[in-house]
Amino acid sequence: MEKGKGVMGSGGRRWGVDFSDNSTSRDIPDPPGFSRASLDQDDSTLSRQKKDAESNWKSQKAWEVAQAPMKNLLMMAFMMWMAGSTVHLFSIGITFSALWQPISALQSVGKIFEPYKDNKVELLGPKLLFIALNLGGLALGIWKLNALGLLPTHTSDWVSSLPPAQEVEFSAGGINLG
Amino acid sequence: MAMAIRVFLILLLFLSSFNLSSSLYEDQVGLMDWHQQYIGKVKHALFHTQKTGRKRVLVSTEENVIASLDLRHGEIFWRHVLGTSDVVDGLDIALGKYVITLSSDGSILRAWNLPDGQMVWESFLQGSKASKSILYIPKNLKADKDDLILVFGKGSLHAVSSIDGEVLWRNDFVGESIEVSHIVQSADKIYVAGFVGSSKFYVYGLNAQNGELLKNDYKTLPCDTFGELLSVSGDKFVVLDKMRSKILTINIKNGEISYNLKPISDLVMDSPGQAVILPSRIPELFALHINSHVLLIRVTNEGELVLVEKINKAAAVSDALSISEGQHAFAFVQHEDSKIHLVVKDINDWNGDLLKESIVIDHQRGNIDKIFINNYVRTDRSYGFRALMVMEDHSLLLVQQGEIVWSREDGLASVVDVTTSELPVEKEGVSVAKVEQNLFEWLKGHVLKLKGTLMIASPEDVVTIQALRLRSSEKSKMTRDHNGFRKLLIVLTRAGKVFALHTGDGRVVWSILLNTLRKTEECEHPVGLNIYQWQVPHHHDENPSILVVGQCGPTLATPAVLSFIDAYTGKELNSLSLSHTVAQVIPLPYTDSTEQRLHLIIDNNQHTYLYPRTPEAINILQREFSNVYWYSVEADNGVIRGHALKSNCIRKVEDEYCFEFRDLWSIVFPSESEKIIATVTRKSNEIVHTQAKVMTDYDVMYKYISKNVLFVANAAPKAKGEIGTATPEEAWLVIYIIDTVTGRILHRMTHHGCQGPVHAVFSENWVVYHYFNLRAHRYEMSVVEIYDQSRADNKDVWKFVLGKHNLTSPMSSYYRPEVVSKSQSYFFTHSVKAIEVTSTAKGITSKQLLIGTIGDQVLALDKRFLDPRRTLNPSQAEKEEGIIPLTDSLPVISQSYITHSLKVEGLRGIVTVPAKLESTSLVFAYGVDLFFTQIAPSRTYDSLTEDFSYALLLLTIVALVAAIFVTWVLSERKDLQEKWR
Repeated sequence: MEKGKGVMGSGGRRWGVDFSDNSTSRDIPDPPGFSRASLDQDDSTLSRQKKDAESNWKSQKAWEVAQAPMKNLLMMAFMMWMAGSTVHLFSIGITFSALWQPISALQSVGKIFEPYKDNKVELLGPKLLFIALNLGGLALGIWKLNALGLLPTHTSDWVSSLPPAQEVEFSAGGINLG
Repeated sequence: MAMAIRVFLILLLFLSSFNLSSSLYEDQVGLMDWHQQYIGKVKHALFHTQKTGRKRVLVSTEENVIASLDLRHGEIFWRHVLGTSDVVDGLDIALGKYVITLSSDGSILRAWNLPDGQMVWESFLQGSKASKSILYIPKNLKADKDDLILVFGKGSLHAVSSIDGEVLWRNDFVGESIEVSHIVQSADKIYVAGFVGSSKFYVYGLNAQNGELLKNDYKTLPCDTFGELLSVSGDKFVVLDKMRSKILTINIKNGEISYNLKPISDLVMDSPGQAVILPSRIPELFALHINSHVLLIRVTNEGELVLVEKINKAAAVSDALSISEGQHAFAFVQHEDSKIHLVVKDINDWNGDLLKESIVIDHQRGNIDKIFINNYVRTDRSYGFRALMVMEDHSLLLVQQGEIVWSREDGLASVVDVTTSELPVEKEGVSVAKVEQNLFEWLKGHVLKLKGTLMIASPEDVVTIQALRLRSSEKSKMTRDHNGFRKLLIVLTRAGKVFALHTGDGRVVWSILLNTLRKTEECEHPVGLNIYQWQVPHHHDENPSILVVGQCGPTLATPAVLSFIDAYTGKELNSLSLSHTVAQVIPLPYTDSTEQRLHLIIDNNQHTYLYPRTPEAINILQREFSNVYWYSVEADNGVIRGHALKSNCIRKVEDEYCFEFRDLWSIVFPSESEKIIATVTRKSNEIVHTQAKVMTDYDVMYKYISKNVLFVANAAPKAKGEIGTATPEEAWLVIYIIDTVTGRILHRMTHHGCQGPVHAVFSENWVVYHYFNLRAHRYEMSVVEIYDQSRADNKDVWKFVLGKHNLTSPMSSYYRPEVVSKSQSYFFTHSVKAIEVTSTAKGITSKQLLIGTIGDQVLALDKRFLDPRRTLNPSQAEKEEGIIPLTDSLPVISQSYITHSLKVEGLRGIVTVPAKLESTSLVFAYGVDLFFTQIAPSRTYDSLTEDFSYALLLLTIVALVAAIFVTWVLSERKDLQEKWR
């Protein structure tokens, strides 16, 4: 809620400095020891270097993003441990969020790695790691669900819904009336 | 959003806190339950109207009730229900302040305080042999300043002090087998008159002070006698001779016997019929019933008989009433179509009537059985009379000035059998009753309720709220409701009357005195036996109907009668007097196209009859012919037999609705060691939700859910009597669970040192029974659960996922599945009158046992307490499952009495009916009183409670919406200010 947010939002910019622009207005002499030569290198080498750096940075970032669910996983595991093994509001909530997060992450794998897409960057590795970690998270969620007894893995879960068997014979009677 | 969730959670918590307790709050009494008090058919009545103050009538009834009723409204001032074996023989008033009752065959004499019914004293009278019992309170007979009460009972005459009940003297008449029929007082002498055999008439004269025998005399009468001896006045008696054609007049002036014989034909010409002397006590007169006339005959001082009057169509004659010195009046009633005529006459003045009134009485009340009269002084100093009438349907009416002042439906004190019926569906556009309220009243009610919830209601408001709740129009509507709480309870009473009671408020919706169950010449002593649901149509245009089965006498050899009644209107649709008898009625699980249920009636001559008698029913039965079995329990012989239908009857007249049956199996219990004392089976309409019982480790046990099982309890022959008559060594209880199709014994167990009475209830796969343990000197309850071992190998989950299991395929008893049973016993504090189990619509809700205790209350006990898997230290998992640690006795929690502070006096049975709402079960308990309530064994998890405040909910929502709106406006405004800054 910083002041002036509304003004900024309205579109008017009062002033700005463009640091990337190094060609204009050299009224001011360079500071001592500053060599302009290093900047005025060959354009092609400059752009190649720049691109290399960018792709390096991108792949590094991609790996970082791919590893991000790890932290999440650990946190989830801790929360699950905290929630205990009885069925109540919190344990169910945590379990379902533990299930939902990996699923939503898996659904949006492409989107997450979109910014790092590059011809030179190998994204398969990070993607696989990301998917694997999320699957790990999902497995953890399912394990928790099972630990809570919410998965129909026992005979009892199937039998309880079955109606009782019909009887072929009918018999009645008792002590005589009267 | 988070706020909204929080609010919702708080609201949820708030709502759930409503249901935390299963017991009632004080202000909830009467909301869903009702209680009606009755007394039964009146035998004796005494008016107590002399003193100023509250006028009352004292009655004793056939349900062994002694009560004091308010003469103005018929309400009960006080009431005592004596035990079932404590039959009241005599009722009188002594000293003007004590009500004296003689009961238990003349062995217990009690005095009750007249105004409040407190017992003053009680005397046990000793005697050696059974005899008639007579209570006689002489006027002004004193012994040592004590007013005497003379009691003949158990073969001896007792003189009892009316002040403290002390027996002053006793005379045994040892050596004589005299049947005393009258006690007569003359000065300070007492004469006791009676027969030895049927023709020797004895009179004993005794000294009233000390019981000393003064003289005795006997005479052999010229003929044998018939019926009771009637005292006409002091020393004169009349009795009929053996042929019922002559009247014998006996005079015992000063202990000397003289008699006089006169043929009835001398008095009236046209009287070849069977005469009966009516037991009305009128000075110098007696009433003789002959050929539907009543003859009033005067006995003159010389012993001559003079016919005074002949009354046609007379129904009842009262005793005489002394209205002033030397003036006696008596009343009789005559029937005429829908009217009755009440005539009160002066004994000495035959020309005029003291009173002659015509009263219109509902013909569903039948004839008048008894009449008691009482007089009062009108403002013009003439005498007025009121009459208490006991009707054929056991109801009680008070008639005064030609009007019925009040009536009591005391037939409802003797309910024989109960069934239920749904109410009609509410039709659109048809205003069902006056009960529809307008919107304003609805709103007013809810505002009041809200006030109550917010605790800002004034005391008057609280009263209004309670009144509103109690007579909520919703519960007494005559239409079906969504939750299935409103139903008709259809009860058959001993008088042969069928009542339909509304479950909402217990009022009588209709009643019908069945003609088939009324006394006729063909049917001398008709008895209503059972009541069944005959037709339960699903189509809303048709009315359901009820079948009433009765028989013409108390024994099995009398022919049966059937009656079909429309459950909505109470009209008799049809009635049948059958040529055969009825030993068993078996409602089959098949219905025809009109949804009439097929019934088999089995007679005592090895024949089975099918009802309804339609070709369609025959076809249905033929289809299931080989699958219909039945069994008979012969408790006297100790045999249980299984039968199956064989073929049509072989008779001269062909009857295709008659079948013969063959015996399939029999179980003969050794008569020297076992005697059948109780059998119980599952309710035929019970619904079971699941066949599996899940154990703590997710393992499954399969319940043995068969309807063809019978629980039998056998006691040792020596121990089949009362508790205390047998030693623990000679008492044992053997219980069996028998498959009634094959006769296979599924389970057998012996309880050593235990004896009956056994009360049991069978539900799903378990049976709970109650008995007495002689070694521990305590009552015990045991539970047996049966599990089907043959299905236990259905353990593979994949089988279920793929649907490859046989758990839902039809089951036959001939597969002989292997069963295992688990059982456990617990001590229980109370002795028990009845046990029932709750039943719900789908059988999901956990069950409660309803135990009718000896204190005439109904206790609800969770089935969890009677779980054979209870152990001393249940594991954590078992605790989570709800297994209670083992204790040696079952807890009796006073909050779990569903009758709360009320008593269902003389409790005989409990009936449970499922409501449409799964959580709720309707409970009807009957005895002398009736009680109805709704219970929710697992609390009402599927609905809001009755006292849920919708107004509060509405208010909360409105407040929330308003708050959201206000905060939104505020935040907008603040934003705008920020922008301008």
